Amino acid sequence: MAEVAGYDVAIVGAGIVGCALARRFAIDGARVVLLEKAHDVLDGASKGNSAILHTGFDAPEGSLELDCIRAGHAEYLDIHQRLNLPLDRCGALVLAWDAGQEAALPDLMAQARRNGVEDIEPMDRAALLAAEPALAPGVRAGFRVPREALIDPWSAAHAYLYQAIAHGAELRCRAELTRAERRGGRWHLTTAAGPVEAGLVVNAAGLWGDHVERLLTGESFFRIRPRKGQFIVYDKPAAGLARHILLPVPTKITKGIVVCRTAFGNLLVGPTAEEQEDREDASLSPDTLRNLRETGESILPGLAAQEVTAAYAGLRPATEDKGYRIRADLARGLVTVGGIRSTGLSAALGIARHVAGLVGRAPREPQHWPQMPMLAQAGPRDWQAAGNGGILCHCELVTRREIEAALNAPAPARSIAGLKRRTRVTMGRCQGFGCTAALAKLTEARFTQPMTCGDKDGD
Amino acid sequence: METDIAIIGAGPAGLAAAAELGRLGAGRVTVIEREPVPGGIPRHCGHSPFGMREFHRILGGQAYAARLAAAAEATGASILCNTTATALQDGPALELTGPEGVFHLQARAVLLATGTRESSRVQRLIGGQKPGGVIPTGALQGLVHLNHQIPFCRPVILGTELVSFSALLTCRQAGIRPVAMIEPGPRILARRPSGLLPRLLGVPLHLKTEIAAIHGRERVSGVTLAGPQGKTHLDCDGVLLTGSFRSEAALLAGEGVDPHSTGPIIDSFGRCARPGYFAAGNLLRPVETAGACWSEGRRAAHAIHAALRGDLPDPSHGVPLTIRSDLIRYALPQVIFTDGPGRHGQIQLRVTRPVHGILSLHQGPMVIASHRINALPERRITMPLPKNLLPDPLILTLEETA
Ligand SMILES: Cc1cc2nc3c(=O)[nH]c(=O)nc-3n(C[C@H](O)[C@H](O)[C@H](O)COP(=O)(O)OP(=O)(O)OC[C@H]3O[C@@H](n4cnc5c(N)ncnc54)[C@H](O)[C@@H]3O)c2cc1C
Ligand SMILES: Cc1cc2nc3c(=O)[nH]c(=O)nc-3n(C[C@H](O)[C@H](O)[C@H](O)COP(=O)(O)OP(=O)(O)OC[C@H]3O[C@@H](n4cnc5c(N)ncnc54)[C@H](O)[C@@H]3O)c2cc1C
Repeated sequence: MAEVAGYDVAIVGAGIVGCALARRFAIDGARVVLLEKAHDVLDGASKGNSAILHTGFDAPEGSLELDCIRAGHAEYLDIHQRLNLPLDRCGALVLAWDAGQEAALPDLMAQARRNGVEDIEPMDRAALLAAEPALAPGVRAGFRVPREALIDPWSAAHAYLYQAIAHGAELRCRAELTRAERRGGRWHLTTAAGPVEAGLVVNAAGLWGDHVERLLTGESFFRIRPRKGQFIVYDKPAAGLARHILLPVPTKITKGIVVCRTAFGNLLVGPTAEEQEDREDASLSPDTLRNLRETGESILPGLAAQEVTAAYAGLRPATEDKGYRIRADLARGLVTVGGIRSTGLSAALGIARHVAGLVGRAPREPQHWPQMPMLAQAGPRDWQAAGNGGILCHCELVTRREIEAALNAPAPARSIAGLKRRTRVTMGRCQGFGCTAALAKLTEARFTQPMTCGDKDGD
Repeated sequence: METDIAIIGAGPAGLAAAAELGRLGAGRVTVIEREPVPGGIPRHCGHSPFGMREFHRILGGQAYAARLAAAAEATGASILCNTTATALQDGPALELTGPEGVFHLQARAVLLATGTRESSRVQRLIGGQKPGGVIPTGALQGLVHLNHQIPFCRPVILGTELVSFSALLTCRQAGIRPVAMIEPGPRILARRPSGLLPRLLGVPLHLKTEIAAIHGRERVSGVTLAGPQGKTHLDCDGVLLTGSFRSEAALLAGEGVDPHSTGPIIDSFGRCARPGYFAAGNLLRPVETAGACWSEGRRAAHAIHAALRGDLPDPSHGVPLTIRSDLIRYALPQVIFTDGPGRHGQIQLRVTRPVHGILSLHQGPMVIASHRINALPERRITMPLPKNLLPDPLILTLEETA
């Protein structure tokens, strides 16, 4: 294959961070290629998270992480309407359940204020129970963080990607970076989808960040220790039990088990924090799922009568250090964006701005605003509109037109997993009992990773 | 839009009710069906037997579904396909959604006949990864019989209910070779003679065994089984989750739902708690045969016909039925009337495990009926109701005998 003529920037990894970087660089006028090893984007850490747009109230003081969360949060608020992305400004309650936790509240509130989150409100038990009538009566005290919010974690990333593409960026899937060489002031990259040449490489490989760093430089200044987080998802009627995001008092290690609604109108309980070596194995464990149910019921007793319909796990790209591992080596044409552990969804736009600043690009205003399909429960949804082609997935109310659109998007869905993230098809309570056949028909020959393993012989 | 009777779901229950309402001349009947073709689950089934009770002959699922739809249409019912009921409203009235978006249907009565679905893997607490190729039977039936596609070649089948054997037959017809049939309990849950099937088809059966974990990143590569011999690995390329049905009661949004049956709380006339709404078929509880659901649909038609003429007793006059035994999985109806047209004349129930015992109905300190039973969880048990009841709550108990 002939070496493809050069790009200004090659971004390795199409997680939420890579997508936000591609958007920033493309808007700012760079010729961008985004390289992703999987069939579709968002196949790593960004596959499953709590979908909270954080304020940074509990982030390490004075950290780069805090700056990026604040900038990312602000930019999301600024752009979400123009991209047709949802925002549920439900706010969060930090809850203390014992004397020790209660004693930790003043420090947490002080930290929040120092972090620039000044609108927090202390609440006593009565105020908490008035604000959250379904809360277990054993709650002692807490505070409200009004600007913590819920978003659609996949549509956000897809929107950044589509906007990047609208500004000329290219996405290559099944394009794992396997070799890299710096020659004549340019990078010569070998990928599973052919050679790529670029002036600047940004390593945004998430769970494989240290691995890609070694490919690029022969060594890595950090080591990824994936930290798994399992969740259970309750069916939609359970969402009525929580108005806020319900957070525990965080420990040094983890933000703890959260109970919150999702943008899609479900309710989730999770995540756990389990260290492991494997970077791909997001296995569910039945015991953990049982424990999550118990934890959920201890916070909202009404959950005992609700139905759990799904579960998932995500892997955080944690490193030996708590902070982000962002470093620019301009002489070598390399920026590393590693260890974006547990706040990448909130911070992605801020990280992209920070990186653009590191390489000295002046931010420009976007010229194009792709319109995302609205998948959030609050809508308006496509099934409510004329010409939708009929509902195909009955639990999540996904229409034929929405599926067609995802199959024909600027970065089309290439696998059932990719289609799920773009439309929510089969993610509801029946898990495909009713719609798999119709879906297989509609997507026939459209995926690089097919749903079926062939046609039936005879009949 | 307006109609007299709206029926949600064009499966055996909904279509039987439509045909019977037409025959009775009860008014305009509109059946709402979210799929493109009426027929419900039987339309997805290539196999028999269907139709003995209804048409006195053995039919394949698709032929049976077509007959039910034709019978309903012959009496003047209109069937609105590609239309999903998205919300129930007071009136009664329905929010419906079709290719042209949302519209509303006012009715004098609504029959809910939305059937069942199978439990998801999470509800069965199966651990492991989430590769493609883990599907419920409903999906398999549709892929094979409607699309002529196969989702896998060498799956394990979880479950040994009747539907599990339907699935086995479907696999067989499609050239799929299951590598094992897995049953967490100590015995096959389907009635004989289907118990002989796995051996006949050369599929090994593992009793007292669970799927502890599913492996594979993109496609299933194997499962870990936990059984009497401890943990073992089995190579396979798919997992078929069969049975363990739950009512498709999402439209009720958790209101007036019985946690035991997973379906709506109904009285002897099939009336739901919400005025103007009735329910029939597998929605009431998982899961009976198509013929049983068809009968319930017909009975509901008589109750609705009577309701529209003002011939049903006031709902508040019913006597509530409470279960007091862990051995009883569910009991229907949850509110009892002993008189009136289109009634469920009996209590229907299922047990949670095989049990010999005495089933008793109490009112206050009195035992008003008592039966010795020898019950299996896969069999429906019916209990006749005494003619006259006091207005006191009814309590159902099951005492195990040695
Ligand atoms: C359980 C959990 C809960 C969370 N909750 C929240 C939350 O509520 N709010 C919040 O803000 N954040 C949350 N996060 C954090 C957030 O999800 C992560 O910070 C974010 O997803 C990290 O994204 P990334 O783009 O850095 O990495 P990834 O998503 O891992 O992206 C890296 C990509 O690089 C690709 N890649 C790897 N190697 C190569 C190669 N050699 N060539 C080409 N491509 C390659 C991978 O396939 C992958 O797609 C949570 C995370 C978890 C796990
Ligand atoms: C794989 C399999 C094999 C079986 N084999 C046999 C057999 O051999 N013999 C036998 O007698 N029985 C068999 N059964 C059982 C039989 O299919 C059921 O008992 C019967 O279909 C139940 O009828 P129903 O009308 O209650 O529900 P269903 O047949 O489930 O019909 C419900 C209908 O409601 C529709 N619906 C649901 N929600 C909405 C909504 N919100 N808006 C609009 N429409 C909606 C659905 O699309 C569906 O068409 C089998 C079942 C399965 C799953």
